[in-house]
Amino acid sequence: MKKKAIALTAIACSLGMMLSGCGGSGDSSSSNASSSIITAYNSEPQNALIPGDTNETGGGRVGQMLFSNLVSFNAKGDAEMEVAESITPNDDASQYTVKIKDGWKFTDGTPVTAESFTKAWSYVSNAKNAQKCSSFFSMIKGYDELQDADNLKGDEQLSGLTVKDDKTFTVDLNTPDSVFPIKAGYLAFAPLPESFYKDPKAFGEKPVGNGMYKLDKWDHNSQIALVKNDDYKGVQQVKNDGVTFKIYTSVDSAFADVQSGNLDVMDTVPASATKTFEKDDSIESYNKAGSVIQTFTIPAELDHWKTNTEEGQLRRQALSMAIDRQSIVDKVLNGVGTVATDFSSPVVPGYSKDLDHSDNLQYNPDKAKELWKKANAISSYDGNLTFSFNADGSAQPVYEAIVNSVNNVLGSEGLKATTNPMPTLQEFRNAISDRQMTGAFRTGWQPDYPSIENYLYQLYDSAAADGKGSNDGDYKNADVDKLFTEAMACTNSDEQIKLYQDAEVILLQQLPAIPLYYSNADGVAAKGVQGFAMDWQNQPIYNEITKS
Amino acid sequence: MGKYLLRRILQMIPVVLGTTLLVYALVFALPGDPVKAMFGDKPVNEAVAAQIRAEYNLDKPFFIQYLLFLKNALSLNFGQTFSGQPVIEEIGRAFPVTIRLALMAFVFEALFGVVFGVISGLKKGKWYDSVILIVSLLLISVPTFVTGFVGQYVFGVKLRWLPVTAGSNPGFFELLMPAMVLGSVSMAYIIRLARSEVSSNVALDYVRTARAKGMSNTSVTFRHILRNSMIPVVTYLGQDLGALMGGAMITEQIFNIHGIGYLTYQSILKGEANMVVSIVTLLTLVFVICNLLVDMLYAALDPRIRYA
Amino acid sequence: MSAVDKLKPVETLPGQERYVAPLEETPLRDIDTLDDSSPATSMWADAWRTLRKNPLFIISGILIIFIVFVALFPSVFTKENPNYCTLERSLEGSMPGHPFGFNMQGCDVYARVIYGTRTSISVGILTTIIVVAIGALVGAIAGFFGGWVDAVLSRIVDIFMAIPMLLGAIVVLQMFRSTGSIWKVVLVLALFGWVSVARIARGAVLSSKNLEFNTASTALGSTPMRNLFRHIIPNSLAPIIVIATTSLGSYIVSEATLSFLGIGLPTTTVSWGGDISSAQTILRTDPMVLFYPSAALAITVLAFIMLGDAVKDALDPKSRTA
Repeated sequence: MKKKAIALTAIACSLGMMLSGCGGSGDSSSSNASSSIITAYNSEPQNALIPGDTNETGGGRVGQMLFSNLVSFNAKGDAEMEVAESITPNDDASQYTVKIKDGWKFTDGTPVTAESFTKAWSYVSNAKNAQKCSSFFSMIKGYDELQDADNLKGDEQLSGLTVKDDKTFTVDLNTPDSVFPIKAGYLAFAPLPESFYKDPKAFGEKPVGNGMYKLDKWDHNSQIALVKNDDYKGVQQVKNDGVTFKIYTSVDSAFADVQSGNLDVMDTVPASATKTFEKDDSIESYNKAGSVIQTFTIPAELDHWKTNTEEGQLRRQALSMAIDRQSIVDKVLNGVGTVATDFSSPVVPGYSKDLDHSDNLQYNPDKAKELWKKANAISSYDGNLTFSFNADGSAQPVYEAIVNSVNNVLGSEGLKATTNPMPTLQEFRNAISDRQMTGAFRTGWQPDYPSIENYLYQLYDSAAADGKGSNDGDYKNADVDKLFTEAMACTNSDEQIKLYQDAEVILLQQLPAIPLYYSNADGVAAKGVQGFAMDWQNQPIYNEITKS
Repeated sequence: MGKYLLRRILQMIPVVLGTTLLVYALVFALPGDPVKAMFGDKPVNEAVAAQIRAEYNLDKPFFIQYLLFLKNALSLNFGQTFSGQPVIEEIGRAFPVTIRLALMAFVFEALFGVVFGVISGLKKGKWYDSVILIVSLLLISVPTFVTGFVGQYVFGVKLRWLPVTAGSNPGFFELLMPAMVLGSVSMAYIIRLARSEVSSNVALDYVRTARAKGMSNTSVTFRHILRNSMIPVVTYLGQDLGALMGGAMITEQIFNIHGIGYLTYQSILKGEANMVVSIVTLLTLVFVICNLLVDMLYAALDPRIRYA
Repeated sequence: MSAVDKLKPVETLPGQERYVAPLEETPLRDIDTLDDSSPATSMWADAWRTLRKNPLFIISGILIIFIVFVALFPSVFTKENPNYCTLERSLEGSMPGHPFGFNMQGCDVYARVIYGTRTSISVGILTTIIVVAIGALVGAIAGFFGGWVDAVLSRIVDIFMAIPMLLGAIVVLQMFRSTGSIWKVVLVLALFGWVSVARIARGAVLSSKNLEFNTASTALGSTPMRNLFRHIIPNSLAPIIVIATTSLGSYIVSEATLSFLGIGLPTTTVSWGGDISSAQTILRTDPMVLFYPSAALAITVLAFIMLGDAVKDALDPKSRTA
């Protein structure tokens, strides 16, 4: 589960790489006529290239090209069976039977079997192995027994995974989870070959996978060269011979290289170019609504802002209505964002523009003042509110604009908003996880898998509060929890979405976090590059890009 | 002299110890827990975090951590980065690039700084003195990120005279523009220093004497004025070489140079004590050696300065 | 010749002009007594006399007085609130009442340049004063005494030079997280700025401590300390003044870098540096937003460089021999 920070970077702050949590999911493909090697922008991976230890985009985007999971996602985010033949739930979605296809091989020639998955998942879960994505497996039975690292050897297996035969295994879950098959498309759920366990460290330098590409060479801080894997058996089309990721120190320098034809593809547009990149005829541009939602959170139990009191809800609604989102998107982001209307994003099923109470997200200065006055009538308040964010990303201009907008509307009512930049993401995230935030703070979410569940349950269920998940504001609401639980056990996708949307209506009223905008999938490619498009993760579909 | 040198070399030991302790303490004092930050926005799995802390000795008290680092450093083991790379390898990749860049910037600023400064000082008040003043003013008032950005766009992207970015293992041509951008602010300082010194030495008695003896203008300029004007300039240049290596953060980012400045910046943000301390130790040695060379040069420039 | 005429010699032989010195009317006693009614011709008085006549000094003085006036009374120059920003006016060009137009956030650029003067000038001047005071003193002592004093001080300088400013700044500034005052920024800039002045001062002192006047002064029984302050430091001032006045501008720019990294002044404090760094991303499309604060900075630096040149010419005994 990765909440992605605002990923653009300014010159002095290219820590783009640490910003996101676990990277994207596995893809797959089949081979096709191809032309050449594509060069693409990347930052240096923060970890060895082990799927279960990769939780940021620099390594994530490489990982998902090297490994194929049970399912893969197409550009729109629809799940397709990749290595899996079938994933069948029982009645309440608490147990799944997985059958995998014949003929899949790792690039070292060994076959992909049921054990390739179960052993890999157990390895990641096992705390002894210190894999950063281990909490992804917490819904599988036996996970809790693998958390006492001091009394583990590292090869203990999850008791919830049972291998039936070479190609079949079952997964027992602690609680029903109707989106498990989609979760299994996330990179951490990748299969691993036997050779991995002999020397994980060496494997991380030269991983052996079953994906669309195989690793040719990794020159640290310089480039990662991938070449097409001819043994790839999946549903994705690989149209080029390989992808070479060039490692950049900043997005600005990569952008200059795209402009001058030294780099083929990049998946971000630096702030300095957002105004011009779509008009620039030396490059190809791409800019569509994307899957990352940007919000800010006010702790649910902050005095005067409590989500379960009328005063708190009034203040949150007033604050939300005091923010001119459209102007921020137009003038500050120069159109590389889309105004938020709900808690998910335009690329997932279940996204909606007109849920009840979504007018709380519309700029309405008069109503904002009115609601604020009502709140003041309930209890008086000194009215200082800080907005914290990490200054090593590019959030600063956005938060300055928010603060100006809020002060212009509610300043006359006595609210005084200020920005509180924190030098490093490290300090910022620590202040959040140690619950030291005494005002609003930047939050955002980049989905790990394309499901509305990932945007809601992880962020607003009380089971994810108090440090057990990503509910950073510790929002707790029994009605919301109940709707989530029902949805998790519901295998009909339309009904499931309806339940999630009902929960969203409550969220829109109580505003545990205040949605701002969806970051667009924006990127540029050099002239002569064909088939440049971006997927549900706001990343280029590398395998479909060709060059003339 | 030999004794003096030996003493200076022995002095490096406390300097290196002092620096490493101070920097280790500073990194330790950085707000936030680096291990928690590794989980990004995801919930922190405490069992996993504890394993990672133990691996990097982060679970131990400050002094133990520092002593362990020192102990390993003595056997030339500077530890690992959080991504599992040996620190020494990362530095080994970054340092050669940075040396090239810093030396080029150094030559650039020394050469043009001294030439323009001397011209300016000899012809004080003339129109080119004013032009040089304005140019150095601009370089001081405009931050590097602007000069770099504009230079890259104009000469790289638009005119295509110079490479846009340096990339890995850059050569002379790739580093030319970054070096000029990096050296430009210091060049302005050197121009001002050289101008000031030259203009006050021009009128001194020994210069008049030399001229009266019938010495040519050029040799007066070189043998007397320049030599006597160089002490502040040499001092500045000496301390600048180290600064160019450690302080190229912004230039390295603009031109995609994976050097020491960028590495330091990243490591500070991530709280990588081993990496930061190792880099700073290396830079300390550079500073100490440069300053020693400068002190030696003093004696060469001004025979009255003697070290015992 | 005219003086000779006026003397009207008592007797002149034909065809011969003779000159006889007039009687010295001042008694010997008076010559030996010091005239304390007129001010002593100290170095500083001399300098002041030279300065007053230097056009560089007059121009830079007027400029600096003007800048300080703007810093003290910004409201005389604009009625706009520099912190009132609305995206409706984002990046609009100049219009009546708003001569410099608006920045991306829709703040009045002219008002921000005016109100930014106080912060930027204070950071620049305060940092320079502290840096010069500490740096010159440490450098002078190290250069003058040499030996182990020099060794200890110089090695401390080496250590400070190697510490990355970013690292120190983050740690120091977080201790003062709550205060919005400019002192924390001054402190950090001074902490990492003094070493460079110290090296320069040490070099200058080393080269002037062996000059003849120093030996002479020692021969006349002057104490080393008196020598240091009365002779050596004045003679070493030139490069220090040059570095100080030139650095002033870069301290103002550094404040921007710190703000940019989120460790500088709060965004409600208007400063040139802050505005320069936030204008960086729109440099390609709207360069004027960056131009105005940079121009203000350049003029300030120019004024101080000119002042530095004038003061240096006046103080530096070497220059005065011209």
